[in-house]
Amino acid sequence: MSNNARSKAMLPGFRLTMGYTLLYLSLIVLIPLSALFLKAATMDWNDFYETITSRRVVAAYRLTFGASLIAALINTVFGALVAWSIVRYRFPGRQLLDAIIDLPFAMPTAVSGIALMAIYAPTGLIGKHLLPYGIKTAISPLGIVIALTFIGLPFVVRTLQPALEELDGEAEQAAASLGANRWQTFWRIIVPSLMPSLLTGFTLAFARALGEYGSVIFVAGNIPMKTEIASLLIISKLDDADVPGAAAIAVVMLSATFLILLVVQGIQWWSQRMTGRA
Amino acid sequence: MSVNAKDLQTGSNDPLWVRTTVITISVTFVALMLVLPLGVIFYEAFRKGLSAYFKAFQDRNAVRAITMTCLAAGIAVPLNLIFGIAASWAIAKFNFRGKGLLIALIDLPFAISPVISGLIYILVFGMQGWFGKWLEAHGIQIIFAVPGIILATIFVTFPFVARELIPLMQEQGSEEEWAAISLGANGWQTFWRVTLPNIKWGVLYGVLLCNARAMGEFGAVSVVSSNIRGGTNTLPLHIDALYNDYNSVAAFAMASILALLGVVTLVGKSLLERKLEQESISSLESKTTEVS
Repeated sequence: MSNNARSKAMLPGFRLTMGYTLLYLSLIVLIPLSALFLKAATMDWNDFYETITSRRVVAAYRLTFGASLIAALINTVFGALVAWSIVRYRFPGRQLLDAIIDLPFAMPTAVSGIALMAIYAPTGLIGKHLLPYGIKTAISPLGIVIALTFIGLPFVVRTLQPALEELDGEAEQAAASLGANRWQTFWRIIVPSLMPSLLTGFTLAFARALGEYGSVIFVAGNIPMKTEIASLLIISKLDDADVPGAAAIAVVMLSATFLILLVVQGIQWWSQRMTGRA
Repeated sequence: MSVNAKDLQTGSNDPLWVRTTVITISVTFVALMLVLPLGVIFYEAFRKGLSAYFKAFQDRNAVRAITMTCLAAGIAVPLNLIFGIAASWAIAKFNFRGKGLLIALIDLPFAISPVISGLIYILVFGMQGWFGKWLEAHGIQIIFAVPGIILATIFVTFPFVARELIPLMQEQGSEEEWAAISLGANGWQTFWRVTLPNIKWGVLYGVLLCNARAMGEFGAVSVVSSNIRGGTNTLPLHIDALYNDYNSVAAFAMASILALLGVVTLVGKSLLERKLEQESISSLESKTTEVS
């Protein structure tokens, strides 16, 4: 078959596979998801506003965003070191380290939650040694940060790894031969080229942390106004049969997540333009 | 001063103290943050001895929870597998407008938090939802029942297979399919004999990750299930109930099965990644020899 004929001809199965894809996508994802936004849209604006600005809800937002931000920052720093070790250095156990990074993806969140509690509770392995110093790890915002750090680490490492592999050392070599010292090379060559990936990894870890539920609720203690995250507040609204209230909080959280993921898209678009690659 | 680019890339140019410090911090952080929680599960599960551990599995509710988890995964994984294959065929083998948007929509469930994933089904099938009244009048229960758990599981694992297969099939192109068609094969024959053998490791990879998430999902199913124990509890929900009852050994015994599943998933994932890399290299090589 000539190329010309092929450009007009098609492989079989387009209508079947496309039809099924759109049907299944609509039934499972799009229609139920639109129910959330329609529910929020039918709410009276004052009710909606009052729900999302009530003191307990604002406290939960602040805690969720704050703890997610700190956890994402911790992960960016340590994730960068881990990714650097895996890509740049050769040492025994390197492949094991590489494989184990995905553990938070493979471990169910409830399992991680009770495991973290066994470590950081006042009677836990580490918690009991920190308590005498007045550091309360579980049932405190610190416990939430630890849980969110646990689940966010793979996002930073897995985003940085390909970027580090692409950094082939030639620019560094050029800088060094032009007389730059190691420190200058690091700050002027390595950090700027990794910046888009660092930002993307940070943002993905942050977005994931915002919606996390399972691993957090065990270590958080869930005290209203103090250690209650937004996801949990949605569930307590549902327990009170306040479905519109739950939908209102959910819409705000979901909009924040979408906004953050749009930022990720923006970063990727920007970095492609900066490097001039398609 | 002569610096070798290859030395830079493998870091053998970095001073020993830099290398040692970076590796030590990385390994310590991962050991403390990831390995310790994994180890603690087995430590807590076997703390009261083997008999206490195995006693946890003789409980009727435990058996029911394991059955329920297998049922949910057993329905969600095949459905998302069929979807993943259909979607990747449509996206990778044809050109159409809005392809980027379609891929983004398929990825959507990954961006939605577990609790909200459960909530949306309550808004459709719950008592205050679209079809709640109608379903009740006809005696059908979805929310706080098995169908709700299955729906929530399907939703959270929706993109796994598709997201794995779309880039794989795009990379492989359609040359071999065209060859089969021009030799007289029909669409199904082409798929079974040409496409499927080419994507089998990718399919397995997607199924592995899909299954791990399906069996481990907690947030979404806890929203749509009632917390009546032995009724519609999955394994993660059962762990939660046991833990809240201060039945720590049983909770960690149940958790140890899921942790083991997680470890098996990680090992399988590493093996499959190596396999996929090899195939991608060998297919590249065969393509370059074809050109020359």
